[in-house]
Formats: sequence, C-alpha cells, structure tokens
Amino acid sequence: MKELELKNLYDDFRDGETIKAYAEIISEDAKKLKKPINIMEVCGGHTHTIMKFGLPQLLPKNVNFIHGPGCPVCIMPKERIDHAYVLSMQPNVILVTLGDMIKVPGSNGSLQDARAKGADVRFVYSPMECIKIAAENTDKKVIFFAIGFETTTPMTAVLIEQVIKQKIPNIVFHINHVTVPEVMVELIDSRDVHVDSYNNEIDAFLGPSHVSVISGSKIYDKFPKDYGRPVVVTGFEPVDAMQGISMIVKQFVEDRCELEIQYKRVVNHEGNLKAQGLINQYFEKMSLFRWRGLGNVPDSGLKLRDKYAAYDAEILYKDVLPIAEIEDHKLCICGDILRGMAKPQECTIFGTACKPTTPIGSCMVSSEGACAAYYKYGNLL
Amino acid sequence: MTKTVTLAHGNGGEENNELIKKIFYKHFENDILAKSEDAAVIEDGKLAFTTDSFTVSPLFFPGGDIGKLSVCGTCNDLAMMGAKPKYMTCSVIIEEGFSTRDLEKIVKSMKTELEINGAIVVSGDTKVVPKGAVDKIFINTTGIGTIEYPGITASGLKEGMSVLVSRDVGAHGATIFAAREGIELESTLQTDCVSLYPQVKALIDADIAIIALRDATRGGVSAVLNEWAKSSDVCIEVNEESIPVQEEVRGICEMLGFEAVDLANEGTYVLCVRKVDEVKALEILQKTNKTSALIATVSEQYKGKVVLNSTWGTKRFLDLPTGELLPRIC
Repeated sequence: MKELELKNLYDDFRDGETIKAYAEIISEDAKKLKKPINIMEVCGGHTHTIMKFGLPQLLPKNVNFIHGPGCPVCIMPKERIDHAYVLSMQPNVILVTLGDMIKVPGSNGSLQDARAKGADVRFVYSPMECIKIAAENTDKKVIFFAIGFETTTPMTAVLIEQVIKQKIPNIVFHINHVTVPEVMVELIDSRDVHVDSYNNEIDAFLGPSHVSVISGSKIYDKFPKDYGRPVVVTGFEPVDAMQGISMIVKQFVEDRCELEIQYKRVVNHEGNLKAQGLINQYFEKMSLFRWRGLGNVPDSGLKLRDKYAAYDAEILYKDVLPIAEIEDHKLCICGDILRGMAKPQECTIFGTACKPTTPIGSCMVSSEGACAAYYKYGNLL
Repeated sequence: MTKTVTLAHGNGGEENNELIKKIFYKHFENDILAKSEDAAVIEDGKLAFTTDSFTVSPLFFPGGDIGKLSVCGTCNDLAMMGAKPKYMTCSVIIEEGFSTRDLEKIVKSMKTELEINGAIVVSGDTKVVPKGAVDKIFINTTGIGTIEYPGITASGLKEGMSVLVSRDVGAHGATIFAAREGIELESTLQTDCVSLYPQVKALIDADIAIIALRDATRGGVSAVLNEWAKSSDVCIEVNEESIPVQEEVRGICEMLGFEAVDLANEGTYVLCVRKVDEVKALEILQKTNKTSALIATVSEQYKGKVVLNSTWGTKRFLDLPTGELLPRIC
C-alpha cells in the first residue's frame, strides 16, 4: 500500500482554482438572496482559516461572517485562569496544559508570567504526555488543566482512564471542558440579564467539524428544526469553507433550512460512539459555566463525576482556589460582537486599551478572536 | 512593558524588540547601535563586530549541535554585513556535572565550523555554575570580520526591487520543535545550520549588487521582511506560493498551527537585489541550494508592511511573530 503523505490531506483542499470557482458560484447564487445573510462560524479554527486565506475578500457584500465563540482559551473567564495560576504556584506542583492556554492573562497575569516567577508550567501536544511527566517527577503532583470543546474532551477522558487503570498517584485534573450546541442556543435564544439575544443577527451556522467527528452532526439537529437556522458542518481547509458557505447560500436561495454535512470525509450523523461513551463515563454537565464575554451559559460546561472526586483538583485544592467571579470589563462589548450585533470597531476600547498584547475582552485574547483578527488585518478586510 | 521578563521577550519578535528598545537602547544609545544591523560596522566601515549567546535544548540535534550553532550564528551575522569572519572569542558557562566528553564534542564541532569560515578563536573564558543555575551549557561568541562588501543595509530597499530566500524556510525551528520534549514527533528533518560566508562570497565574486542581506534566525523570514519594510518604509509584497517550504516542515506546521515563515533558521538568508540582478542572483543561490527562490517584490502599497498574496487573489498582512510559539489547541 502506498504510504499516505500528510500533504495529501490538505493540498487539494487549498487549490487556488477550486477556491476561485466556489467564489464564483457563491457570487452567482448570492444575487438571488432576498436579504443579506450573516453566517456565524462558531469555531476558532474556521475563523483562523477565513482570516488566513482571506476568504471574506472573495465573497459578495451580502454574505457576511460573524466570528463565533469557539476558541477554548478566549472564552475562559478570568477566575478560571486565576485557578490555573494559583495551582501552578503551589509547592511541588507541575501544571500541564495545552499550548495557547499559557498566554492568556488572568487577574494576576498569565501562566507564562507564573513560569517566569518560578512555577513549573508545561504545555503538551497530547494530554497523554502527563503520564511521562508524572513518572519522571514522582515527588510532585501533576495537575492537568484541561481545556477545549468536544474535540479535546475525549483525550482528557482517556488520560483519566489510564491514570485509574495504571494507579498513577500523582496526576489530578482541573476540568474546563465546554460544549458547542449549548452556547449556540445561548447566542440566538437567550433572554436573561447577562445575554439578551433578541436582536441577534445570526442567520446560519458553519458547524465546527472536529467537534462533530466526536459528537456527530446530530448535536445540531435542533437548530434548523427548532430555531430556524441552517447548519452546515464544514471542514477547515479553504476549499471546505468555501463549499460550506456555498451550501448555506444555496439553502437560502432554495428556501431550505437543513442540517447538512460538507465535511463528509470524517463526519457522520452519529459521531464517534466510543469517545462519547468515555466522555459520558467520566464527565457530567455543570449546571452553569461562565463564558468570558457571554456570562453564565446553562449546561455548557463539564465536570468530573462525583465518584472521581479524588482526581478533581477543584475539590482537592478548594481551600486555595479563588471563588469570586470576575466580571468582564464594563466597556467591553464582546457579547454583542459574538451575536453579530456589533463590529469590533464600534467598541470604545478596541485598539486603544484592548490590544492583542493587552487583551481585555475574549475576542482579543487569541488570534482566532474577531477583535484580534480585525486588529491584525484591519484595512485588508 | 510587563513587570517581569517572560520567554516571549526572547522570541525575536515584537516583545523582544520592546525589551531591547525600552531597556538596552535607552541606556546604551549611540549612533552605531541605533542602526540595529546584524553586526556593527566600526572603524570607518572597515570592520564588522558582533556578539551572540547560544542556548538550545536539546544540545545535540539532527544536523548540528550548540557548538556548530555558536560559530555559525556569530560568523553569519558578520557575513550578513558583507564581512569575512576573522577573529572570535568563546565564552562558556557550564552547569556543574556536565559531561566533559560532550563538552569536547561541542568544541570540536566549533573548530570544524571555524575552519569553514577561516576564522580563529583568540580569547575565551569559562565559568562553572552550580546545578540548576544554567541549563547544561550556555555559549557566547563574539566575532570581528573585515568588510569586503560595504553598504549593505536594511534601509536600502526601494520600489521595484526583488527579494529572494537562499533555501527552503523553517527547517531549524521545525527540527528543534520536533526534537523537543513534550511533542514526541518522529521526523527525518535536519537543521539548516550552516556557515554562510562562502555563499556570500560567491555573490560578491559574481558582482551581484547586494542591497540588503540578513539571516532569518529567530522570528524567521517574517521578522526579516518586517524589519526591512519598516527600516526602508516600503511595502514588501510576497507571493505566498513561491515561499519554499519542505514537505516535512509544512507537515509539522500544519499539525502544530505554525507558519514556516515564523520559524527560526540558522543557515537561511534573505537577499534584496535590484530587479536587473534578480535572475543572476537566483542562479548563484541555486548553485548552493536548489530550493532557493524569488519570493517578493518591493512596492509602496502599504508602507512599512509585508503583504502576502495568495494564488486565488486574496491578500493578508504578514506580521512579526508575537509571543512564544505555542501549538494551537484544535
């Protein structure tokens, strides 16, 4: 069998001619739109693709993007970042997390700052690395600060499974996993003091595809059915994104409202049942998880089930962890930006007090946020 | 400026510049330093003078080691000013418990590299510090070279000029990342670490009029292009597809969410020449590296900025890399 090369996985999906062809199809179809449409790409990965490949420059004026809240580090409220910071500063602790997380500032600074002050903070590409770190540092406690959507949750679950199976005594968990559908509902259908989505401008969703590799497309069934919003589960390469956008535009032109899968090469309706089983075994829903920029979102966070409390750093270290919630900056309008009700430039602190090097709101925190993208690409958008 | 120094301040990008400007330049201010070239030009343009410190983990990596790196780095900075490396100092800080065998291995590879450059070490210093005070070994080298081709400057770019890279980009950064703890990637990648003086000499001997020349170390090709765009107050328009990147480097970038142009190199340089010299310059570069390429032209579209043009007609700014390079999460 011929070996599959990595480039085969992306080369054709970045083909300039194909991208241009889709741009033409979209432009033609968009002429038939009755009103402009706003498509929310929920996932930060999509935002990254859209910005990196300059896709808005190829789209007609009546097809717009709203950049969603799907970047796991951006949505982390300050008090939870403070948890990470405090944990890393405990004696004999190695705090392990995934890449980007170490850059995000909490109220005392970021994990990078903690590391500069002597904390042992490490980032890993795969959570399973924790096992090696724990074996090399038996006199220390390894705390895995778990973040991410459905995509990364199974990796944490597998690590927990192995920690229990191998009876590893020095790995515990601080869980910050969140789920996508609940926050999508919040963006279009919330009526509470924190988030009033009554005037949201979201017409359709580009569904995060790697989330659906795990959870299947079934998690989006209710959006066309109950909320009148089409969803197209779409891959991350530019050709994928353009095809996904084209499928959404066609639905509007043909007056359909459906759940479709563009990313058929890996996504089906049911998803990875084994991974779902693992998640279910170790995690349960938290009644509320506070999102930076959006406030409390019901049922959107996961926590360890009670029977695994012995592995839960939030319980084990509860005496040192700050509990007070830290409100978002008064002038920050990330919540409105995330619902398409405002653009970054309309924020009074955008580009002045709030910059990528000193982010105040969630949308400026990572390069995948809307404000960061506008700041960086500004006059080219 | 933050209260404490973080690793992001050593990335060769924005934070690094801030640290240098706000603390070092502020107090050391003088005309020579202010030019912020790869090496200082002193003694009425006769000599180039530079220094560099080296710390790398792991110490030995595919295609090189910290010794080779410490000679290449300093000699390359001299070569980038059109100078022939002549004399060097070598100063090492060693952690207690370090293997003398490894030390000798490092010094031997320094010697090999010195010979390639035709330079000699004429002074040195050793310090041994308690365990934990440094990570195994840090090396500082300082070099002096005689300038053979004067006038190379980051502020000499003008509209219509051409920009080339001497080989495919990002190999060193990708190699080090793959070899790093916590990533666990297997690859056959090798660092590009090499002494560049022979390549610069070939350009000079062929009568290429060199406008600007810089090795794309920390911060990668992005950092060089951004510095040039700012120093010369021009726009550098890069044809994205023409940037040469090895398949394996691209693969690692895809997996970890990096851009090859942001990754460090240790033997790759960027060259700016007049349009008329473009073909001849590429010919010379190709003699050493088949992957060398013409990647950009200088314009006035967005002054002080680097623009990447895609094959499907979109454009975006190529910024200085910011922060520590960290893998993307999903």
